[in-house]
Amino acid sequence: MDIKWDQILIIEEPIMFWTFIGLIVSSIGLVAGLTYFKKWGWLWREWLTSTDAKKVGIMYIVLAIVMLVRGGIDALMMKYQTAVPENTFLSSQHFNEVFSAHGTIMIFFMAMPILFGIMNLVVPLQIGARDVAFPKLNLLGFWITTAAAVLYNIAFLVGGSPDAGWTSYFPLAGKEFTPGIGNNYYYVALQISGFGSMIIAINFMVTILKMRAPGMGLFKMPMFTWTTLITCLIMIIAFPIFTIALLAGMLDRVFGSHFFTVADGGLDMMWANLFWLWAHPEVYIVVLPAFGIISEVVATFSKKRLYGYHSMVWAVIVISVFSLLVWVHHFYTMGVGPTVNSVFSITTLAIAVPTGIKLFNWLFTMRKGRIAFEQPMLWALGFIPTFLIGGVTGVMLGMASADFQYHNTLFLVAHFHYTLVGGVVYAVFAAIYYWWPKFFGFKLNHKLGNWHFWLFNVGFNLSFFPLFFLGLDGAARRMYTYSAETGFGPLYMLSFIGTLLIAAGVVFFVINMVYSSLKEKRITDRDVWGTGRTLEWLVPTPVPAYNFAVIPKVEALDEVWHRKETGKALAFDEKEIKDIHMPSHSGLPFYMFVAFFISGFLFVWEFQALAIASLALPFLGMAINSFTSYDEGYYIPAKEVIETERKGGGEQQWKAK
Amino acid sequence: MSSKTHASGVGNIVGYVLGLILTFAAVWIVLESSLATSMKWTIISIFAIIQAGLQLFMFMHMSEGEDRDAKVVHTVYAIFMGIIVVFGSIWVMTAGHPIG
Repeated sequence: MDIKWDQILIIEEPIMFWTFIGLIVSSIGLVAGLTYFKKWGWLWREWLTSTDAKKVGIMYIVLAIVMLVRGGIDALMMKYQTAVPENTFLSSQHFNEVFSAHGTIMIFFMAMPILFGIMNLVVPLQIGARDVAFPKLNLLGFWITTAAAVLYNIAFLVGGSPDAGWTSYFPLAGKEFTPGIGNNYYYVALQISGFGSMIIAINFMVTILKMRAPGMGLFKMPMFTWTTLITCLIMIIAFPIFTIALLAGMLDRVFGSHFFTVADGGLDMMWANLFWLWAHPEVYIVVLPAFGIISEVVATFSKKRLYGYHSMVWAVIVISVFSLLVWVHHFYTMGVGPTVNSVFSITTLAIAVPTGIKLFNWLFTMRKGRIAFEQPMLWALGFIPTFLIGGVTGVMLGMASADFQYHNTLFLVAHFHYTLVGGVVYAVFAAIYYWWPKFFGFKLNHKLGNWHFWLFNVGFNLSFFPLFFLGLDGAARRMYTYSAETGFGPLYMLSFIGTLLIAAGVVFFVINMVYSSLKEKRITDRDVWGTGRTLEWLVPTPVPAYNFAVIPKVEALDEVWHRKETGKALAFDEKEIKDIHMPSHSGLPFYMFVAFFISGFLFVWEFQALAIASLALPFLGMAINSFTSYDEGYYIPAKEVIETERKGGGEQQWKAK
Repeated sequence: MSSKTHASGVGNIVGYVLGLILTFAAVWIVLESSLATSMKWTIISIFAIIQAGLQLFMFMHMSEGEDRDAKVVHTVYAIFMGIIVVFGSIWVMTAGHPIG
């Protein structure tokens, strides 16, 4: 161990110092507020231990939005640093830490949790289920992800932030070139977050395969459910690769093994190989649910059935297979030779075909549709050209011979921001505006939403389009500064201004959430938008704990739309309602959060024996779960269900389409 | 599970004996035979694959039950992915610059 104990708290730099003070003040404020309003019990019972998939989903989204702010502040710092040549706002070391944190947090603790949150909210409703297959496991997944997020986020104050990029390539990331403990956070925190992802994947796969309403065959599932299913499949296949790579990396750093070292027969590029074997599918893990969201939104607001539903499903399945066959395109420049590069070039270009099919399907869905320009549709419309630019530049990067020019330049940075922001973030905002009223009983304000969309959209393009040109001019990524003679200055400045607009857009989003919860009109229509197509629009608004008072029988794809078309009864006879069985709350997942956090922390700090011993903590939790008496859950009496149904959207009328 | 296709006691015994033979044959080839090392690797790899198939069909009921198609599909898919990951990695890591 080469830990300098006098440097545990990193607060010498003013930015760190004020962040530290800010964190302490806001934590004290939070604790004081909860105590003053006597909300501790409420928080514990209603949220932290709730096995209701909807509440777990909302907690995921809260976690993700906090992380979005953290990662966003990192982005602002980077952009401010590079806005002018020879800037001294950040040191090179600090810049490295900031871009590493930005990438890691945005992927693992923003994009994935927010999509998990949306899955938790929407998938059970779309398949006509009352809950997920394993409610307690679901909550456990959330708390393990949170343990990882907290562990990763304390790094910059306690021990030093990982500084080898979100890809954390060996040998740079190894002890040989990065001594100290900072980089351990990467391996340990992501390992823990991987458990959370795996739990989610298995849970949703079982939920979708086993808990669909009667009559809902696989090809009657809504598109978002389909993409979630395939995402889970990719997660189950790809995450074990990353688990092994992270384990080997952690053993290298903490226990002195030689998997990826330069010395003693290690193979450093094997890290890159294993990392991308997982990380390319990871791209699809985050973007496929986004495709699903866009499909739902486009169909709803074009008032048409999704064009080419079957081709859409097959495109997703083909993408899931191909996603595992393209990983080398991330390191063509390793020098592996023309044969390998050509093969991976071809597979990479081939994957553009199913993606193109999807884009055309969305366009054809809109064609001759009567498009309603509601907030979600605005984001979907913004998504299509933005994602297209990301996709086309991806094809450019996919050509191995050309890639040698683009590799590790800002061109690449612009490309993946166009796919990940233009793809995932736009879709997530669409999803939030689309499903928000279903869960909270009011829409988000239209005017503030417009400000949010336009500031974000203009800001995003202003921020990242210049990076294509900078990249072609030879500006490398991860460069903490540059000289004035390069001529990069003006475009970098433009990019910084764009980032400010993005930040302003996000501020409007936060204002919108607060304003709308205070001022917006309450609605109880089941079919909030009037043109809903899938089963979530069949339940009362806001959604009751039990989701469906009576499990619907499904006859068609877009069941709710089908019922409206055929004039079939949309609600059910109250006599059909029986007592509804629900899962009990559980404090055990919170215990696992503490256990994983402590154990992870000990691994990071290289207390080898103590760390291994601390693995007993999570196992203890599992033992408690196995050997305490089985929890039968509880029942919501039929009378209460009937009351809720009458009150919340009891209007059994449906708006004419 | 449908009893019609369920492995009978005879099947289990045959599988068990075959499994033992394959295991001891592999041990014998490695420890006792005088074949070249590369030949030993090849033979025991083939034995391992046969062994895996044996276990899947004789004891893990791959081809039985109402969800047998699903089981076959994901087993084939898993094998496909395993091949991609293992042989893909070896190919990518060795083509162009052999590792000593």
